[in-house]
Amino acid sequence: MKFINDFRDRELCETLLERIHKEAVREITIMEVCGGHTMALHRFGIPALLPNTITLLSGPGCPVCVTGRGFIDHAIGLSMRDQTMVCTYGDLIRVPGSESTLEKAQADGANVRIVYSPLQCIEMAAQDPETNHVFLGIGFETTAPASAVALQKANELGLKNFFLYSAHKIMPPAMAAIIHEGVKVDAYLCPGHVSTISGTKMYEPLVDQFGVGCVVSGFEPLDLLQSILMLVQQQENKNAAVEIQYTRAVKSQGNVKAQQILNQVFEPCDAWWRGLGILANSGLKPSANYKGFDASVVYGLSTNEPADPTGCRCGDVLKGLLKPTECKLFRKTCTPANPIGACMVSAEGACQSFFRYANS
Amino acid sequence: MQTHEKILLGHGSGGKLMHELIEKVFLKHFNDPVLLAQADSAVMPVVEGRLAFTTDAYVVQPLFFAGGNIGKIAVCGTINDLVAAGAQPLYLSVAFIIEEGLEFSVLEEIVQTMAETARYASVRIVCGDTKVVGRGQCDKLFITTSGIGRVRKEHEDIGSGKHIQPGDHIIISGTLGDHGMAVLAARNQLGFTSDLQSDCAPLNLMIQPLLDAGLPIHFMRDPTRGGFASVLAEIAENKLFGIEIDETMIPVSEPVRGMCEVYGFDPLYIANEGKILLVIPPKATDEVLELLQKSGHGKHAAMIGRIVEDYQGKVVMKTNIGGRRIISMLAGEQLPRIC
Repeated sequence: MKFINDFRDRELCETLLERIHKEAVREITIMEVCGGHTMALHRFGIPALLPNTITLLSGPGCPVCVTGRGFIDHAIGLSMRDQTMVCTYGDLIRVPGSESTLEKAQADGANVRIVYSPLQCIEMAAQDPETNHVFLGIGFETTAPASAVALQKANELGLKNFFLYSAHKIMPPAMAAIIHEGVKVDAYLCPGHVSTISGTKMYEPLVDQFGVGCVVSGFEPLDLLQSILMLVQQQENKNAAVEIQYTRAVKSQGNVKAQQILNQVFEPCDAWWRGLGILANSGLKPSANYKGFDASVVYGLSTNEPADPTGCRCGDVLKGLLKPTECKLFRKTCTPANPIGACMVSAEGACQSFFRYANS
Repeated sequence: MQTHEKILLGHGSGGKLMHELIEKVFLKHFNDPVLLAQADSAVMPVVEGRLAFTTDAYVVQPLFFAGGNIGKIAVCGTINDLVAAGAQPLYLSVAFIIEEGLEFSVLEEIVQTMAETARYASVRIVCGDTKVVGRGQCDKLFITTSGIGRVRKEHEDIGSGKHIQPGDHIIISGTLGDHGMAVLAARNQLGFTSDLQSDCAPLNLMIQPLLDAGLPIHFMRDPTRGGFASVLAEIAENKLFGIEIDETMIPVSEPVRGMCEVYGFDPLYIANEGKILLVIPPKATDEVLELLQKSGHGKHAAMIGRIVEDYQGKVVMKTNIGGRRIISMLAGEQLPRIC
């Protein structure tokens, strides 16, 4: 814990805050792409400590939030089939599909199991060859390598009853799409865990084409404050660049081995993002060699995406066009106990973050 | 020595096998004279003062974890519910729902722990019941315990919290989240080992000296499921006062903090089975802390916040870097973060 405590040192935080207040003269809008950053900022009460010149926006970096209702509908359908078990990371079980959630389906008798890693699903599949095991692969570059390793393992073991239903996505197309949509973003607080895998080269086009500053940040208060200061300094000096604050975890080239595994197992595909629609080459699906493990192929799952529920503004929240508190459903019909939209479900969702931690 | 290694459906049938189970497991360990009379009801003297009466059902997986087992929780949980109402716990009833196939030795170990825990807490187990259900109809073992305690007139409002007022201090009797994280570790799904121990313990021995000393206690509650944060949110809900707590003063052990960081849990929402939260007037703080800290279970007791006139109906935490954030009630189970 010493390692973490060192990054929560109050005096150092206060020093950084003083510098931010002094140096943030021009207005700057910073989007935190990663849901983990949104949650950490609110958990430590940082937004209220910043000067008025800084506006923070939540971005599309919560894997649960961007996953569509169609994906959930298909997952529920799979979990209701005979001799089929759907394995998922916990957050996903409460995400609403068109009519239900995996949690409710489970109460109705569907076979849904929460796992902490896709390898647990592999183990269960090996032990129970009569049951088809479908792992719901969600998340960005951070979780995709684990799914890729699971596919390699399933291949090695010759499993015929393990399948990946992939909603894996990669970050750069979404970050570019936000700018293309005309959302006013001066700087990105770049996702730390994603960058650990991918490195920082992928942010360079954002700087070159749009003049948007990018700082890869860690998740502790000192990380976040230092990253914000770095972005403020870029803005003040008009020298947008890609910088790494999270140097203890991120290298500019990223994790080359993980990248190789991703490239071996997955290939890019078009993917649907809540709020942004279909973005070309923003998703990952099993490549030709692993087609037999691809649940969407094996079960013939379409990619049609039903519309969001009436009044739900999660799409606009994910694009930074709306604060969660500005949504008419927030805290009224939409709460963590009864989420209408995905952003209220996830522990990294902007709406849940505001619900749990924000003062107003 | 019992003649079967595992519980059979016949052990719940009311016949010879059931007699064997009662004799060789329950009466062997629960040997209170009232229980040994084996009447249809336990007959005890009427207690002076007021009665506190509580009941709770216990289902926990796995049955054993570092620092305890389902039986220990079943005894401690009901004792602590009485304690939180300002009562001196006196009598317990225990009911077992056992799944066919449970090992006799497992049941006996659990029953023995229950007897030892009750003896340690000076609480009598005076009646009980047993049912055996078929495989798949329950998860190994469910236990229900009910408890009766005596409440002195001056303590009858402790459980309702009607005397809580701005200026009061909030005290927690020790580190938070130990039980929840110990059980999670015992489930062995997270792929780590830990020397974390559940805090599962009866709290009457720690709290009774406070009551006996006549210290003014405006409210008590043992923060079990939903954790400390949910209790605070419940206290403040719909009230004309608010609560302000200070993150730097909240005791959380290093292993719990570390595990919570890794999995994205908030220790304030993790279950405890041996902690109590007190709301007291500030003049009593030093004496309450001193008495709590004297007890083995209360050595990490700390004053962590106060009732305030601001933030009506809300709980606000000053974070360790000087920010402020809302503490709300837990919605559903905490789930580990995805990345």
